Amino acid sequence: MLSIKNLHVSIEGREIIKGLNLEVKAGEVHAIMGPNGTGKSTLAAVVAGKEGIYEITKGEITYKGKRLDDLSVEERAREGIFLGFQYPVEIPGVTIVNFMRTAINEIRNYKGQEPIGAAEFLKMMEEAKNLVGIHSKLTNRSVNEGFSGGEKKKNEIFQMAMLKPDLAILDETDSGLDIDALKVVANGVNTLKRPDNATIVITHYQRLLDFIVPDFVHVLYDGRIVKSGGKELAIELEAKGYEWIKAENL
Amino acid sequence: MENNQIIEQVTSGEYKYGFYTDIEMDMAPKGLNEDIIRFISQKKSEPDWLLEWRLKAYRHWLTMKQPNWGHLNIPPIDYNDIIYYAAPKSKKELQSLDEVDPELLATFNKLGISLEEQKRLSGVAVDAVMDSVSVKTTFSKTLEKHGIIFCSFSEAVQKHPDLVRKYMGSVVPYTDNYFAALNSAVFTDGSFCYIPKGVRCPLELSTYFRINAANTGQFERTLIIGDEESYVSYMEGCTAPQRDENQLHAAVVEIVAMKDAYVKYSTVQNWYPGNKQGEGGIYNLVTKRGICRGANSKISWTQVETGSAITWKYPSCILMGDNSVGEFYSVAVTNNYQQADTGTKMIHLGKNTSSTIISKGISAGFSNNSYRGLVKIVRKAENSRNFTQCDSLLLGDKCGAHTFPYIHDENKSSIVEHEATTSKISEDQLFYLQQRGISEESAIGLIVNGYAREVLKQLPMEFAVEAQKLLSISLEGSVG
Repeated sequence: MLSIKNLHVSIEGREIIKGLNLEVKAGEVHAIMGPNGTGKSTLAAVVAGKEGIYEITKGEITYKGKRLDDLSVEERAREGIFLGFQYPVEIPGVTIVNFMRTAINEIRNYKGQEPIGAAEFLKMMEEAKNLVGIHSKLTNRSVNEGFSGGEKKKNEIFQMAMLKPDLAILDETDSGLDIDALKVVANGVNTLKRPDNATIVITHYQRLLDFIVPDFVHVLYDGRIVKSGGKELAIELEAKGYEWIKAENL
Repeated sequence: MENNQIIEQVTSGEYKYGFYTDIEMDMAPKGLNEDIIRFISQKKSEPDWLLEWRLKAYRHWLTMKQPNWGHLNIPPIDYNDIIYYAAPKSKKELQSLDEVDPELLATFNKLGISLEEQKRLSGVAVDAVMDSVSVKTTFSKTLEKHGIIFCSFSEAVQKHPDLVRKYMGSVVPYTDNYFAALNSAVFTDGSFCYIPKGVRCPLELSTYFRINAANTGQFERTLIIGDEESYVSYMEGCTAPQRDENQLHAAVVEIVAMKDAYVKYSTVQNWYPGNKQGEGGIYNLVTKRGICRGANSKISWTQVETGSAITWKYPSCILMGDNSVGEFYSVAVTNNYQQADTGTKMIHLGKNTSSTIISKGISAGFSNNSYRGLVKIVRKAENSRNFTQCDSLLLGDKCGAHTFPYIHDENKSSIVEHEATTSKISEDQLFYLQQRGISEESAIGLIVNGYAREVLKQLPMEFAVEAQKLLSISLEGSVG
């Protein structure tokens, strides 16, 4: 589904990702772990197509066999790439309902489908709300405005449930969550798992992986994946700490 | 794509309603003098007192100078190079749409404001004004039943001269300002509305204005009177065809609210703003003012301003009656080279009077957008209060947003609050929306409409939808 080959990314002339390779197939859950500042969020942003400060200097990302650099941010989204944001922004005055209806209809339009009917839309909203346990009141509020940290993250998973992506990249979705919220988020991700979709969970801590069990764990350090393994790698990492990785890569 | 490029594309939209109707005109010669004023008055078969009033206004105007305190760059206007009267030739009473000039109907249809549709779908009575002469009034029968008068200003002069004479100039005297004096001298038509005592107007009253002939200044005059314990919601909207020459529009709107009356005035203004280089476009130099004469009366202004090359406009409230309430809700969009200096005046004279000002400016392109507001509380206005919120949103880095709030408070028991913010559409907001599959253009539309929501929700339903579209259209570009 996603294939990243020898990817190099710079921010303002400084190389952040230095030759990264990653293969993700349908039905898989991958966890990318690593200390702060090693390029985890940069990787997520680049796959989603964020420009501005990011510059891909070398390498290639293909998704469903298509080169991603040919697609705009919204086209990637319409093709099924979803980014769960680490810091979801506030959009004052735009209700979640309006936001989601607009998004779904633009995706449907892209696929040559009719706009969604009111009944179907409401049903989807109900299901998605139940999945992450958010109040009806919340979806009538402006996007992320005045939301608590937990509500913001639940809102990300809610949107994921609405858009049903093929490739979800969750960037530090666990940061700042208490254990209950963490379980809700993890349960959402697990429920939305299908044989034909894939999830990449980016995290700093092993904690989230108690609830979302990955098929593969990768350790990102200094812009490269320096170690890959099964779920036991996360446990080993938790026990030994990132110093272990740092020592090995000196 | 770079954020700046996106914004440039999205904000470089050209005016979509660029067409004009070809109706045989009956015109006055160019120029302004007492003979022209007599010509207008004669054309309209006006009584002598009105002609005298016009002439007094004209003579006063001659002693005045065009104001230049606005944060505006107004090119010199040659007042003798303007045609002050133009009217469609046939002017007979019309009972149904069949009798209306088909070309005029086609124009309205292009704008998506077919009278027929409106009659059927929304039950709105429409007094459509085209080139200074009212062509059509609908639903007048229903209104008649309630004793409501809703007609063209000219008709009111003929049929209700006492009301016109009593209230015209009582809120905006012809001495008020340069453009009000000019309007008083040469106004050709407009709307008149009277809601009798105790009557709640069952319909939204709506007027569509449209400038249509080259070199024709528009001098509309509107007078709305809400008698004791009455209620009316009045809507005015306009859109104009594309022209090279600048067109002057100097309207006057007066509102009188008696004891316990509530007058709600909503407008969507979409005059031709000029092209992308800032050539052409309407000069909209308008005086709008309401007076809450009686106790517990209320006047509410809501405006969505997207058009005009130059906007100079301050819908205001004089809160004379005790416990009276004034409201001003505004969204002003400027794009390309548009200039707007707009805001309000809240004059607190009575006790326990309160006013609310919510102003949302949106600037894009190379435009300049200023909010100018005065809150004045006199010594006798015990326990008065004002809340002002004044926000500016910038799209791109070549436009300007300015705020000029003035507060004159002579009473210690009053409370005056002023809040102001300036923000930009952030790259992060755009990225967030686009990451969910929403195009750049729709994303900007969503953000802008969200920003203006507090004001848009004040508009009557059918108007709000139109206003939302207009906000997106006026910021729309070649994308898509």
